Amino acid sequence: MSGREEVLRRVRRALADVPAGETPADVPVPRDYLRGHSPADPVETLAERLMDYRAVVRRTDGAGLPALIARLLAARGTRTVVVPAGLPAGWLSAADGVERVPDSAGQTPHDLDAVDSVVTGCAVAIAETGTIVLDGGPGQGRRRVTLVPDHHVCVVRVPDQVVGSVPGALERLVPSRPLTWISGPSATSDIELSRVEGVHGPRTLEVILVSM
Amino acid sequence: MPAFPVAAAEAVGDARLRGNLRHATHTIRDKRARAVAELPDWPELRAAGAAVKDRTLRHLDHYLERLERAVTAAGGHVHWAADAAEANRIVTALVLATGEREVVKVKSMVTQEIGLNAALAEAGIRADETDLAELIVQLGDDLPSHILVPAIHRNRGEIRDIFRDRMADRGRPAPEGLTDDPADLAEAARLHLRRKFLDAKVGVSGANFMVAETGTMVVVESEGNGRMCLTLPETLISVVGIEKVVPTWRDLEIFLQLLPRSSTAERMNPYTSMWTGTTDEDGPRAFHLVLLDNGRSDALADTVGRQALRCIRCSACLNVCPVYERAGGHAYGSAYPGPIGAILTPQLRGVTSELDASLPYASSLCGACYEVCPVAIDIPEVLVHLRERVVRGGEVTVRGTRTVIRPAGGHAAERAAMRAARWVFDHPGVLRAGQRLAARTRRLAPRRRLPGPGRAWTDTRDLPPVPAEPFRDWWRRSRGEGSGR
Ligand code: SF4
Repeated sequence: MSGREEVLRRVRRALADVPAGETPADVPVPRDYLRGHSPADPVETLAERLMDYRAVVRRTDGAGLPALIARLLAARGTRTVVVPAGLPAGWLSAADGVERVPDSAGQTPHDLDAVDSVVTGCAVAIAETGTIVLDGGPGQGRRRVTLVPDHHVCVVRVPDQVVGSVPGALERLVPSRPLTWISGPSATSDIELSRVEGVHGPRTLEVILVSM
Repeated sequence: MPAFPVAAAEAVGDARLRGNLRHATHTIRDKRARAVAELPDWPELRAAGAAVKDRTLRHLDHYLERLERAVTAAGGHVHWAADAAEANRIVTALVLATGEREVVKVKSMVTQEIGLNAALAEAGIRADETDLAELIVQLGDDLPSHILVPAIHRNRGEIRDIFRDRMADRGRPAPEGLTDDPADLAEAARLHLRRKFLDAKVGVSGANFMVAETGTMVVVESEGNGRMCLTLPETLISVVGIEKVVPTWRDLEIFLQLLPRSSTAERMNPYTSMWTGTTDEDGPRAFHLVLLDNGRSDALADTVGRQALRCIRCSACLNVCPVYERAGGHAYGSAYPGPIGAILTPQLRGVTSELDASLPYASSLCGACYEVCPVAIDIPEVLVHLRERVVRGGEVTVRGTRTVIRPAGGHAAERAAMRAARWVFDHPGVLRAGQRLAARTRRLAPRRRLPGPGRAWTDTRDLPPVPAEPFRDWWRRSRGEGSGR
């Protein structure tokens, strides 16, 4: 008997107590938890919670965005930056002297390891958990581009990309896309529970809240 | 493996281990309480989480088939393994088929449970653990002792020594002059593992959740080693227990709130990865899902014990358990330590060995584990139920077949069980912690009848009420601080 038939046979026998006519919908799931905890000002809450998790938070408006991005890259001494397909052309327009490396399928992880920074947008941000979610859509790149370089600059359009809570985020996301949820930079607490930022993922996460 | 009391007695003698454990569990439990208190609807989330899991378990065959269809439609391959040996065979064959002899691994308890690394090694395949704590455990030829922080029993000095002495055996050696500063140690791990990540062609993981409706897999982590293993290799193999399935995409809204706050006491863990089959030119080109039974269907067959399969491995029950705090994780003799281990392991493996028969007794029945469990598993109820099985025998399911096991009377198992119970009674701290909680939660205690083996006894007697204040507390209060110890 194949593993599949054997496992399913065991599972069915184990459920002998479940009445034959019962369907999944007959097992009630109370969903009286809240859809969100309505933070008074979701953008303010997002900023606070991101900072709680040691992300660096900046604010600007559409006009100030290119100069701010250029400043952040310059401050790190960034010489090369990964550019995901579909990143709005203007975002990097002020970053003089920084070499653009387009995100491409041919790139090896080693190629990416040689790059200083990555600039992306996001799909949605969750205020109450301080989370940004990337779904590989335009301006977000493959999953690895926000993983291998040590510096990630993520642009969130506020307020329209911000939701209050986890349920609100899932409603907006498409499950078939590869999703990466990021809450603060990479961290570990494995040694005597002391928190250390930056183990394998980017050590620095800078989130720009752009009011549109 | 020795029975629980033997292993526990050793751990209790190790003052450094107890110090590390106590510090860690108390720190996490206090943080967790604050993270949970932030959500006014925690009780509703907890009830919903338990109900979703119950729905899934009662119709597990339906959801597994649905999951298989969804994963396959998204370009993944699904394999089924009835036991550890079959799972190990499948994974080994999949790795060999790629032509590779090295794999990088994301922390996964299920691969620990089936002994995958040893099976791979036998086939000439090297498996590198990449979670910092798992790396410490692997380099130290050690075993994990906690679900969330597997190297919790090691302090920074020991970790420095392990890195200094052992890293060179498995790749890049530790940097010269390595200190015991956690930041320095994390950096050493980063350097040691970096090239492995960048060169890896095969990744092996578990999963925290699988969504039947969409075929989506979910892994939560902090360091980014998970993302490295899940996205950089060409082939990804995930070994996942059949109980990890949830019905719908929407159900994740419950578990992604319950898990991080119960586990690391954060509002959200730094990284969560979700993938559905394969995606063109983003991530692995081949995805294999190995669905593992290995005793889970036997647990499913037990209508009392079934609830243990709701577990989302948050580790909150370990951190509040007075027995775990003193005995340490190794005493439980399996990948699953603490209260959840005490009920899960004897169900997955049966109660025929001395160790497994002793586990249901490795508890003071204080109820703290039930209070914190985000999916409301009544661990004390299952413990009592399993004690009855050890002592009385009866009908159980073993490897899919209904079997009657004999009572353990006069048998080594009973001795082990009794020794474990005595161990708890011999450790006044354990018992005291248990009694305090019993008093605080006594409204939840059965009124007149005991569950399990005590039932017959209470048929003709009333159960004495749990006193409002434990005797020891009363003694200390009424006889003056300190004199009653
Ligand atoms: S039994 Fe409950 S508290 Fe313990 S690890 Fe599982 S889910 Fe967490």
